[in-house]
Amino acid sequence: MPLNSKIPAGPIDAKWKTYKATCKLVNPANKRSLEVIVVGTGLAGASAAASLGEMGYKVKAFCFQDSPRRAHSIAAQGGINAAKNYQNDGDSTYRLFYDTIKGGDYRAREGNVHRLAEVSANIIDQCVAAGVPFAREYGGLLSNRSFGGTQVQRTFYAAGQTGQQLLIGAYQGLERQVALGTVTMYSRHEMLEVVIIDGKARGIIARNLVTGELERHFGHAVLLCTGGYGNVFYLSTNAMGSNVTAAWKAHKKGAFFGNPCFTQIHPTCIPVSGDHQSKLTLMSESLRNDGRIWVPKKQNDTRKPVDIAEEERDYYLERRYPAFGNLVPRDVASRAAKERCDAGYGVGSSKMAVYLDFGAAIERYGKIEANKQGKHNLSKDEIIVLGKAVVKEKYGNLFDMYEKITGENPYETPMRIYPAVHYTMGGLWVDYELMTTVPGLYALGEANFSDHGANRLGASALMQGLADGYFVIPYTLGNNLADDIRTKAIPTDHPAFVAAEKEVADRINKLMSIKGTESVESFHKRLGKIMWDKCGMGRNAEGLKQAIEEIKALRKEFWSNVRIPGDIDGFNPELDKAGRVADFIELGELMCIDALNRNESCGGHFREEYQTEDGEALRDDANYMFVSAWEYKGDSQYELHKEPLNYEVVHPSSRSYK
Amino acid sequence: MQHYNMNLNLKVWRQKNSKTSGAFETFKVSNISSEMSFLEMFDVLNEQLVAEGKEPVAFDHDCREGICGMCSMHINGRAHGPWSKNTTCQLHMREYKDGDTIVVEPWRADAFPVIKDLVVDRSSFDRIIQAGGYISVNTGNAQDANALPIEKQQADDAFAAAACIGCGACVAACPNASAMLFVSAKVSHLALLPQGDPERKTRAFNMVNQMDAEGFGSCTNIGACEAECPKGISLENIARLNREYVGSMLSGSAVEGLQQ
Ligand SMILES: Cc1cc2nc3c(=O)[nH]c(=O)nc-3n(C[C@H](O)[C@H](O)[C@H](O)COP(=O)(O)OP(=O)(O)OC[C@H]3O[C@@H](n4cnc5c(N)ncnc54)[C@H](O)[C@@H]3O)c2cc1C
Ligand code: SF4
Ligand code: FES
Repeated sequence: MPLNSKIPAGPIDAKWKTYKATCKLVNPANKRSLEVIVVGTGLAGASAAASLGEMGYKVKAFCFQDSPRRAHSIAAQGGINAAKNYQNDGDSTYRLFYDTIKGGDYRAREGNVHRLAEVSANIIDQCVAAGVPFAREYGGLLSNRSFGGTQVQRTFYAAGQTGQQLLIGAYQGLERQVALGTVTMYSRHEMLEVVIIDGKARGIIARNLVTGELERHFGHAVLLCTGGYGNVFYLSTNAMGSNVTAAWKAHKKGAFFGNPCFTQIHPTCIPVSGDHQSKLTLMSESLRNDGRIWVPKKQNDTRKPVDIAEEERDYYLERRYPAFGNLVPRDVASRAAKERCDAGYGVGSSKMAVYLDFGAAIERYGKIEANKQGKHNLSKDEIIVLGKAVVKEKYGNLFDMYEKITGENPYETPMRIYPAVHYTMGGLWVDYELMTTVPGLYALGEANFSDHGANRLGASALMQGLADGYFVIPYTLGNNLADDIRTKAIPTDHPAFVAAEKEVADRINKLMSIKGTESVESFHKRLGKIMWDKCGMGRNAEGLKQAIEEIKALRKEFWSNVRIPGDIDGFNPELDKAGRVADFIELGELMCIDALNRNESCGGHFREEYQTEDGEALRDDANYMFVSAWEYKGDSQYELHKEPLNYEVVHPSSRSYK
Repeated sequence: MQHYNMNLNLKVWRQKNSKTSGAFETFKVSNISSEMSFLEMFDVLNEQLVAEGKEPVAFDHDCREGICGMCSMHINGRAHGPWSKNTTCQLHMREYKDGDTIVVEPWRADAFPVIKDLVVDRSSFDRIIQAGGYISVNTGNAQDANALPIEKQQADDAFAAAACIGCGACVAACPNASAMLFVSAKVSHLALLPQGDPERKTRAFNMVNQMDAEGFGSCTNIGACEAECPKGISLENIARLNREYVGSMLSGSAVEGLQQ
């Protein structure tokens, strides 16, 4: 089956306009009889469910947390991009489009990315109208900051809690629709299977996580907005419950998986402190606006950072990348940190950390503030007091979080940071309409592969989630449902529902009947270690081949020796986790297969065999300018389909931030 | 910072489901590192229970970063434990020393029935939001974001109120199990913004009514909520809610809103 991305014809800036002007519509009366299932209520799902509810569709929304307000989007810190050009610094739709394509190392689709840039400005308007309290300047207008990989200030933010404020905005819109009766919300529910009837996605099987009951739900279409799969590495900045299960079930039912190996390792996270570590905490990229990254010039230097003089410090990002300095994209910054630590310059007890230092920023802001207040004879200490107050206003919650976790005060001593798994650019393959290869089954937000290529720029995931949910799916879903207005709701005693439910029940029974000796947690940790060591920041063919064998063996062991206490019919978090880890194990294998297949380095995918002399990623456009879309063909068997990428507007060049 | 290991005694509330009654169960955990988070200490306990073939203690958590509002433990008599402006997941074991006994219970409130062990049902909070905690604007209707300047101080105050994570610690801390701090945070967030103005008259009234209908207690100005709130939501919000509530009663429009 050749992949059809359905990118509309015409010039890049006319594609989406033409699509919107010519797509099919569903009239209000018909919308009322069309049912839509939205799985996941993070930014993508909540915005989609609320918007579709407002339009008049009958929506059922699902999440596994106790409330839609707690989706992982809540944890996003730094900000959301939009091409508003409020700072008059040369930003435009084209520039956001260009930066995203380049930032993605020329592995994203031009058509999708341009649409994303086009709708970005509307997102900010929509969120402000809904009451999202973005940061403002004294004149009352919205404030912006910079993020990595760009030279303009286009990031909107709400202190270090941007995701929280955006999600609460979308959540309130969703609850309003719940109150109006257009959306029915199913919290503490986990989708465990897609139901396909006559080749179309027509519903799901969900487990009520409180009672353990399996439920059948019909929908004319099913939207998966279920987030990313970074937790395949066990340790990541994702929430504990983030998982791949929904996407993986869809994959096994025919949805191709796009670029599974494209993982983002975020450069600034609090380092691992010991074996007990259950998750890693991000220190927002916005900190690189003001923090300077360095390591000692001397190897194995154990002095305290304050005792290391300026000239003995190596600000390695500023040294290697003078044009972007501390604001190089994430993949570049992460690899540079790993390089320094591997070479013996790391700091802290584990030696696997670098410094993120606010000393210079505190002094700089202190001087500006002193001038503003007309105080010209202040001592250095007095200036530092003023500077700390400014830094506190910008990043206070992040500094507090750092201090709670490490017990160290980052206003006094530099933060110690190290890269950690953060985001997955890969996901379900979707066409321009966000439809997977299963008709009627869509994927939105981090769950799809679509817009970030091989590396995502900071503050672009929130933008994409809300673009998909607020502004794209309301059009593209209608275009397809217009052909479905005569389809009556299918009763859930249809044999396809019965069979799907049985499949789920059998699997749960099988898991519970193993009664082995090793905990789910332990298997998850072991998988994470294989993935981090062999499919993490650096990858090579030999390691990946080993990883594939190790994962196969781990999978066998899991299915013969996992121990899940508790009952099937009741609240049982160990059982929930077991199902997720089982899926992660299968996904891990596919990620390694994909990484092994891609004989080039691009973005977050760094194959050690393919690098330039000075250690930069070496892309191979002649052979790998395509999206890898994997089709499930049965146990451990996957067939590769290639979607060629055509760059009509931006001409791929070697990505330089020097 | 000096790191150390410790052994602890835990007294944890166990309850099979909302229909059965619960009781405390005592456990010992050893070699807990001072660098662990409180929930990582519970991970150790649960791994130990799985190894012994027993059922682990159920507790809610997700982000482990203090932002999702999912974690909810009442620790030695305090919602989210001893640190101020802190969630359970951000409490770290350096707070404790070798030999300590720690008592852990779920949130206690009629409107938060126990689902299992330390997990409670907080869907009443969602229903309070459904009663009016939003601005009625459909997708696609917005004007340019900078067409509506908002004074910085006012925007900052709205943000401070909007920082509520919906955890329910305020309810758990209150002897009356009142949800006033939670409700007032949302009413304040929206009342402080010009966008929230058109629905101001009905919002406070409808949300307070829903709070009462859910079985939360009434507010008698004790202030325990503010003391235990992990996000520093201030009592000033309750004062503002009271003004908004009175305002909506006087205008009568809330009553009309209800009758519709
Ligand atoms: C710490 C952190 C900080 C970040 N900061 C930023 C930032 O500053 N800017 C930025 O642009 N991006 C940031 N990101 C990335 C961004 O937050 C995410 O990519 C984005 O929020 C994902 O949104 P989503 O709607 O796709 O999924 P999520 O918010 O992850 O939501 C997933 C939803 O799916 C549900 N779900 C999952 N599986 C199932 C199932 N089987 N059944 C039922 N429901 C299910 C969940 O309950 C949840 O509701 C950050 C990420 C992290 C980890
Ligand atoms: S007001 Fe504070 S304690 Fe209450 S729900 Fe909000 S954050 Fe939690
Ligand atoms: S787990 Fe999210 S706030 Fe504690």
